[in-house]
Amino acid sequence: MGLLSRKVTCNSHGQDSSYFLGWLEYEKNPYDEVKNPRGIIQMGLAENQLSFDLLESWLDKNPDVAGFKRDGQSIFKELALFQDYHGFPAFKKALLDFMAEIRGNKVTFDPNRIVLTAGATSANETLMFCLAEQGDAFLLPTPYYPGFDRDLRWRTGVEIVPIKCTSSNRFKITASALEDAYQRAQRKNLRVKGVLVTNPSNPLGTTMTREELDLLVNFITDKEIHLISDEIYSGTVFSSPAFVSIMEVLKDQNLEKTEIWERVHIVYSLSKDLGLPGFRVGAIYSNDPIVVAAATKMSSFGLVSSQTQYLLSAILSDKKFTKEYIAKNHKRLRKRRSMLVAGLEKAGIDCLESNAGLFCWVDMRHLLSSDTFEAEMELWKRIVYDVKLNISPGSSCHCTEPGWFRVCFANMSEDTLKLAMQRLKSFVGSITGHDRSHQELKNSRRKFRSKWVFRLSFQSFHDREQDER
Amino acid sequence: MVSMSKIATGNGHGENSPYFEGWKAYETNPFHPIDRPDGVIQMGLAENQLCFEFIKKWLMEHPEASVCTSEGVGRFKETALFQDYHGMPEFRQAVAKFMGKVRGDRVKFDPERIVMSGGATGAHETVAFCLADPGEALLLPTPYYPGFDRDLRWRTGVELVPVICESCNNFQITRNALEAAYEKAGEDGLRVKGLLITNPSNPLGTIMDRDTLKSIVRFVNEKNIHLIGDEIYAATVFKSPEFVSISEVIEEVECDRDLIHIVYSLSKDMGFPGFRVGIIYSYNDAVMNCARKMSSYGLVSSQTQHLIATMLNDHDFVDDFIVESREQLFKRHEYFTWSLSQVGIGSLKGNGGLFIWMDLRKLLKDNTFEGEMDLWRVIINEVKLNVSPGSSFHCHEPGWFRVCFANMDDNTMEVALSRIRAFILKNNESIVPRKLCRRSSLKLSLSRSLSRRIDDFMSPTGIMSPHSPLPQSPLVRART
Repeated sequence: MGLLSRKVTCNSHGQDSSYFLGWLEYEKNPYDEVKNPRGIIQMGLAENQLSFDLLESWLDKNPDVAGFKRDGQSIFKELALFQDYHGFPAFKKALLDFMAEIRGNKVTFDPNRIVLTAGATSANETLMFCLAEQGDAFLLPTPYYPGFDRDLRWRTGVEIVPIKCTSSNRFKITASALEDAYQRAQRKNLRVKGVLVTNPSNPLGTTMTREELDLLVNFITDKEIHLISDEIYSGTVFSSPAFVSIMEVLKDQNLEKTEIWERVHIVYSLSKDLGLPGFRVGAIYSNDPIVVAAATKMSSFGLVSSQTQYLLSAILSDKKFTKEYIAKNHKRLRKRRSMLVAGLEKAGIDCLESNAGLFCWVDMRHLLSSDTFEAEMELWKRIVYDVKLNISPGSSCHCTEPGWFRVCFANMSEDTLKLAMQRLKSFVGSITGHDRSHQELKNSRRKFRSKWVFRLSFQSFHDREQDER
Repeated sequence: MVSMSKIATGNGHGENSPYFEGWKAYETNPFHPIDRPDGVIQMGLAENQLCFEFIKKWLMEHPEASVCTSEGVGRFKETALFQDYHGMPEFRQAVAKFMGKVRGDRVKFDPERIVMSGGATGAHETVAFCLADPGEALLLPTPYYPGFDRDLRWRTGVELVPVICESCNNFQITRNALEAAYEKAGEDGLRVKGLLITNPSNPLGTIMDRDTLKSIVRFVNEKNIHLIGDEIYAATVFKSPEFVSISEVIEEVECDRDLIHIVYSLSKDMGFPGFRVGIIYSYNDAVMNCARKMSSYGLVSSQTQHLIATMLNDHDFVDDFIVESREQLFKRHEYFTWSLSQVGIGSLKGNGGLFIWMDLRKLLKDNTFEGEMDLWRVIINEVKLNVSPGSSFHCHEPGWFRVCFANMDDNTMEVALSRIRAFILKNNESIVPRKLCRRSSLKLSLSRSLSRRIDDFMSPTGIMSPHSPLPQSPLVRART
C-alpha cells in the first residue's frame, strides 16, 4: 500500500506460524468436559493452572489488599495516580526477594538494577532496543520459544541466528555449536551483539548445566558480547538438578563487578511461576546502569498496572506464603509431569528427560512417515484434527530435527490429561498396530497431504472465517 | 568493548528537556503542608485528582470490581490467565460505551475495534510504528505535549515536523500553517505520513471547533496522509463550546476512513494514570490488526480490565461521574483563572484539560527563550512552583507557561495562589508594567484595599465565597 509502515505488511509478527495456527484450530473447537467432549484439547499453551487454590486462599486471608486498603486506610487514589516508571519500591523488593528465594538465596539482587515491564514479551523487546541496532544479530540455541521471532525481531529489526542443538547430546549447547553460529552470522555480514538463552529451557523443560553456563560465560568473554538469560521458568524447577542461575555462575567465577558482569542481563516474569500471565508482570535485571537507565525510560511504553504491583507486593512479601507456594507448586508440577510421561510411555512414546517447565519435549520421530519436516507437519495435522490435541511441532520452535513436539501438562485438569493420553494411545495404536502395506500408507499420506496443503495456506490469524474448517 | 544501541545511549528519550528538569526540582524538595511548607508545589503534572472521593464511594459499594475480594475471587483464576490480546469483551464494550457517552452519544464506537496499549504513551508509539517507517515524518501543531518527542520518535525513527500556531489567533491551526509545514517537510526530504492533533489540546486547554476539524479532515484527505486524533482529554471539557470529536466530523465530511485513528486513555478523564489503560481506535483494518498484535508489548493488566469493565458498565455511575468531573474541573478552573486575573496574570481562554496556558510575556526581561528560561528558573527557585515553560512544548513564541490546576487539594491551591500574588506584588515595580491585564478592569497597585479584597475571597476552607462573582457552571444550573 505504501501508506502504512513495512511493519504492518511484513510477516515478522510471526503469527502465520503453525504454533499460532494450532491455537486457532483449538479456539474453533475447544474441548469441554460437558459441552464439547470431542473438542480439541489444548496442550500447546504453557500455562500453570495447578496452584490457583493457594493464591485464592491467600486472598481470602488478606481482605485489606483486595479492597485497595493498607492498614485499614484506602490507598486507591495513591495507586490510581502512581505511574512512576521506577516502579513500586515495595513491589520491586518483594519480587527480587522471590527471585532470590527461587535461586536458593545464593544470589542477591539490587533493587536499583531491576526494571518492571508489561510481561516478558515487553522485557525481551526492550532489551533488544537497548543492546542492538537494526541489522545486528542475537544468537539463540534451538529449539526456542516461537514468540522470540516476533519479540526480538519485529519492531527492532534485529536478526536471530540459531545455535543448532541436537538430540545427539540431548540438545545441550556446545562450544562448536556456538562458534558455528557466530561464523554463520559473520558470513551473513551480521554483527553479533549477544546470546539469548532460556533457562530453564522452553521447549525442552531442562535446566542448563554448570558446564553449559561456564561455556556461555567463556564465549561472551571471548567475543565481547552480551548474554541475556530468560529465566521465566526458574520457579518451575521441580526436581534435580537444582536450578543454577547465570548470576550464580558469575559469582562463582569471581566476575562480579567486572565488565563481563555488566554484559549479563536477566529477564523474568510471573506468568509461569505464579501462573499470572494476564497480569502482565515482567522484569529486566541488568548489571549495567546504562541499560537499566534506558530500559527504565522505555518501560513507559508498557508499565505494570499499579494495582497489580500493589497486589503482588503484598503476596510476595508474605515469605511464609511464598515458601509454601514454591514447595507445593513444585510437587504438583512433578506429579503432573509424571502422569504425562507415563501416559506417553503407554503409547510407546518417549520424551526428553526434564526437570522443569510446564511441558515435555516429546519424541515422535518413530511415527513420522519420513525424516522430514513435511512428515512432521503431516503428523501434526493429524494430531490436531484427528486426535484432537493441540500440541506444538518442533519446527515452530526452529528445531533442526523433525519429529519433536512440545506437549504442555499444567494447563488442564488431571482427567483431561488422562483423556488426552488415551486419545494419543489409540491413535498410535491405529497407525502402528496394523500391518499396513507400504502402498496403503502412501495412499493415506497423499490423501491427508492434499487436505493439509489447503489448510496450510498462510492466512493471518484474523482472516479466517468462523465456519471454515 | 561491545556497545549498546544508539537508542539506548542517545538523548531520544527527551528527558533532558526543561519539562523534566522542573520535575526533578520538585522531587528534591516537594511541598507538604506540614513537613515541607516551603517546598516546591507541583503544577507541572497534568493529573486529575478532583473526583477520587466520588470513585472511592463506588468502589466501596462494588467489591466485585476487584478479583481479590470474596465477592470477586470467583473470577480470579480466569482473569489471571486471560492474556488474549483482543482484550476482555466486557472491557472493550465498557470502554466503547464510555467513549460514546463522553461525546454526548453523538457517535457510537465499535467494541471490536478497541485495541489496548500501555497507556496513551504505548498507543502513540504503536500507531507511529504502524503508520510510518524510520525517516518518515508526522506533522504536529505547536505547542505540543513534550512526551511526543519520545513517544513518536525515539524507538521508531520517525521525524516530527511542527505546524506553527501563534497567539495572534489563539494558537488555532490554520490551513496555511498546515500547508507550510507540509511543504517544509518536502523541502527537507521528509515524506509526511500523517498529522497528529491533540484535541482538547495539551497544553492549550482549548478545543478545536467543527470548522477547523473539517478543514483538517479535508487536508489529510487531499494529501492522502493519516490523521491521528489524541482525544485523551475528551471528558475534561467543562464548559461550552462542547467537545467535537474527529469521529463525529468524519460523518459530516467526505473522508477516507482508512486514514483516521483515535488515541485514548483513562489517565486524564478518570484520573487513572497508574492503571495504564491506553486505547487505539483505528478505522483502518490493517492498522487495527497490526496494532492489536503489537499490543502484546503493553497489554492492560487483566486485573485492571476487570475493574474498569465493572466500573464503566455501570452506566448510572458513568453518567454521574462525567457530570461531577466537569463540575469540579469548572469550579477549579474558574477560581484559578479569576485569582490570577486579580493580580494581572492572563491566560488563553480555555474550556478543557487540566491546566491553563498562562501568558507571562509581559514579565519577560527579554522577549527571547533565554528570557523565558530565566523567568522559569525564578518561578521554580523563588516562587517555588513547578510550572512548564512553553519552549518545552515547542511553542513558537516565548513567555507562555502551562500551569496545572487539578492535581492538588484546595489548600495547596491557596498556597500556590498566595505565592504568585506575593511574587507579583513584590516585583511590581521592577517587572510588571502598569497596565498588565487586558481582561480585568482593575488597576494593579499595592494599595491595601486591593490586598484586602483578595483576602476576602481567599478563604482557607472553601473554594469560593457565596458572594463570588464567578458564574456558575451551566451544568449546575441545569440540575437545580
